[in-house]
Amino acid sequence: MSGAVHNAASPPSAAPPRTARADDARAAGRDLRPLLVLPGLAVVVALFLYPFLYGLFLSFEPLEGGALANYIRFFSENRLYGTIGTTLWLSLPITVLNVGLALPVAYALRVPSTSQRIITTILVVPITLGTVLAAQGLLSYLSPQGWMNRALLDLGLIVEPIRLLHKPAAVVISLVITGFPFAFLMMLSYVTGIDPTLARAAATLGAPAHRQFFRIYLPLLAPGIAITFALCFVQAFAVFPSAVMLGAPAGPTRVISIAAYEAAFEDYDYSMASAIALIMGAVQLGVVAFVLGLRNLAYRGPVASGKG
Amino acid sequence: MQNFGELRLDRISRHFHTHAALRELDLTIKAGEFISLLGPSGCGKSTALNCIAGLLSLTSGEIRLDGKRIDPLPPEQRGFGMVFQNYALFPHMSVRRNIAFGLEMRGIRRAEVNQRVEKALKLVRLDNLGDRLPGQLSGGQQQRVAIARAAVIEPPLVLMDEPLSNLDAKLRIEMRHEIRRLHNELGLTTIYVTHDQDEALSLSDRIVVMRDGVKRQEGTPEELYQRPATLDVALFMGFRNVLDVNARQDGVGRITAESGAVRLGALGQAPSGPAIAAFRPDDVLLAGEEGQPAHVGTVEYCGRDWLADLTLPDGRTVLMRSPHPLTKGDPIRFTVPPERVRVFAGEEALA
Repeated sequence: MSGAVHNAASPPSAAPPRTARADDARAAGRDLRPLLVLPGLAVVVALFLYPFLYGLFLSFEPLEGGALANYIRFFSENRLYGTIGTTLWLSLPITVLNVGLALPVAYALRVPSTSQRIITTILVVPITLGTVLAAQGLLSYLSPQGWMNRALLDLGLIVEPIRLLHKPAAVVISLVITGFPFAFLMMLSYVTGIDPTLARAAATLGAPAHRQFFRIYLPLLAPGIAITFALCFVQAFAVFPSAVMLGAPAGPTRVISIAAYEAAFEDYDYSMASAIALIMGAVQLGVVAFVLGLRNLAYRGPVASGKG
Repeated sequence: MQNFGELRLDRISRHFHTHAALRELDLTIKAGEFISLLGPSGCGKSTALNCIAGLLSLTSGEIRLDGKRIDPLPPEQRGFGMVFQNYALFPHMSVRRNIAFGLEMRGIRRAEVNQRVEKALKLVRLDNLGDRLPGQLSGGQQQRVAIARAAVIEPPLVLMDEPLSNLDAKLRIEMRHEIRRLHNELGLTTIYVTHDQDEALSLSDRIVVMRDGVKRQEGTPEELYQRPATLDVALFMGFRNVLDVNARQDGVGRITAESGAVRLGALGQAPSGPAIAAFRPDDVLLAGEEGQPAHVGTVEYCGRDWLADLTLPDGRTVLMRSPHPLTKGDPIRFTVPPERVRVFAGEEALA
């Protein structure tokens, strides 16, 4: 709108010099188009880099003690450093479970079919729900008076309600519900990207189904499995809502994000909270780097065959 | 390597939902033969090949190898080598490992595997490229690896599914020789699927022409080239001139085919009445006063010769391949030797 006003207001002779200048810049070999990246860069700096650096510096300015006091405290208090182990102990098995389930299901559904479409559609729903809604739903579903226990009791399969809530098991279930569809959709796109003729060729060369999978599909899927694992792990590692709502946030599911939350919003020690957040990031980065490092050992070229 | 006598296809059919891709195909392949399944796309030739390989199950019919039924077996238990149109080389394995794959699946000792792989590499002239990945090879080289991989397991039968269609014209002719050389040197039995009549003619001992899932004709390349049994086979074999005529038996084994001002002689038997006469542009010859009158239309220069449209007095067109240059608009007279004209009537004339 302002541009239109400007054009209308400025005399017609105002336009040519600007065009001429742009032409000059192009003639001189100065392409100004890369400048278009600046707005995006500004957003990244403002929303990611600045908070990150702010938190980094904040973490070295503890309420009391030297620059490293927060870190020293974190690694000397069991209830703090212990959260790393707790979080890994929850998130790694969940990730293995999610990817481990997603791979065979995606492999079984690799040929496009009606059932592939239906299952894919059904699985997209939990992704859209988000962890909070899934946790909320499980809270009533798994409770001693919930559907599951009522049904099992009425069927006479159990004598007293199974208590799953406020234990790590409930957190695992909730994170599988939200994490599995994500892992499945990723694995499905990797599996269907592999030329099915390769397996047919292996079959004519004498490879039964399991060897077609282990000798052809698995090596070609390895990089995709690594990426899926890394992304699923990051999601599971940052678990907060389900650990608080479904788990035992004071005990076995006291994950690292809970420790950061307590530092920030119960102790009002933002410096400590920043330090915990950075340690959390470093652990994630370590695991992801390790997994992607393994990926480099696998074949990473095209997964089709031939020139056709 | 000939550890079998014959493979017999007994009325094999394959339906996809309600569509019959392959209908009651009967075929016997003897050890050492090179057989081509020839036809346009969608004729069922690839379906037939996949059924033989075990990659598609049969809707009905039986496949027997020396009398033993093999159609219920999965592909890995049939042990036929297959060369795919897109080669289907395993992209994460070196050329050597690709070729070794089939041998490893058979549990052959490593020393023997290595020895046979080296021999196969030499045979396809790739001995210096054994450690490359398929992605680092040219199309022709990938094709050789695919053939070596299928042949190294010494299968009773090698199945090739349009293996040359992804190569450029020059390489295609080279690889054609190569395939026939390997077939002979290794004593293979080959079933070759193609839509290219030149490939089929030059490679095969026997050709099966297919259309709409049905075998239309089976015979040696010479038989098919000279005596196509039906119009559609004739069209596929280069009989590009097709005229609606009235046929009449003119003595034993002689036919006269007339249509307007055109009168052609032909050999064979035909019921009197409407029919179709077909002949190749190559068999149209310049003639004296006794020939058929026509005018020269467009002339194409083809290197060795000229391809001309001849316009008949009634406006129809006949293609002629001439060793001499022709001038557009000139009146000429032409003739076609009777032994080169095929007359199809009734069902034979359906194209």
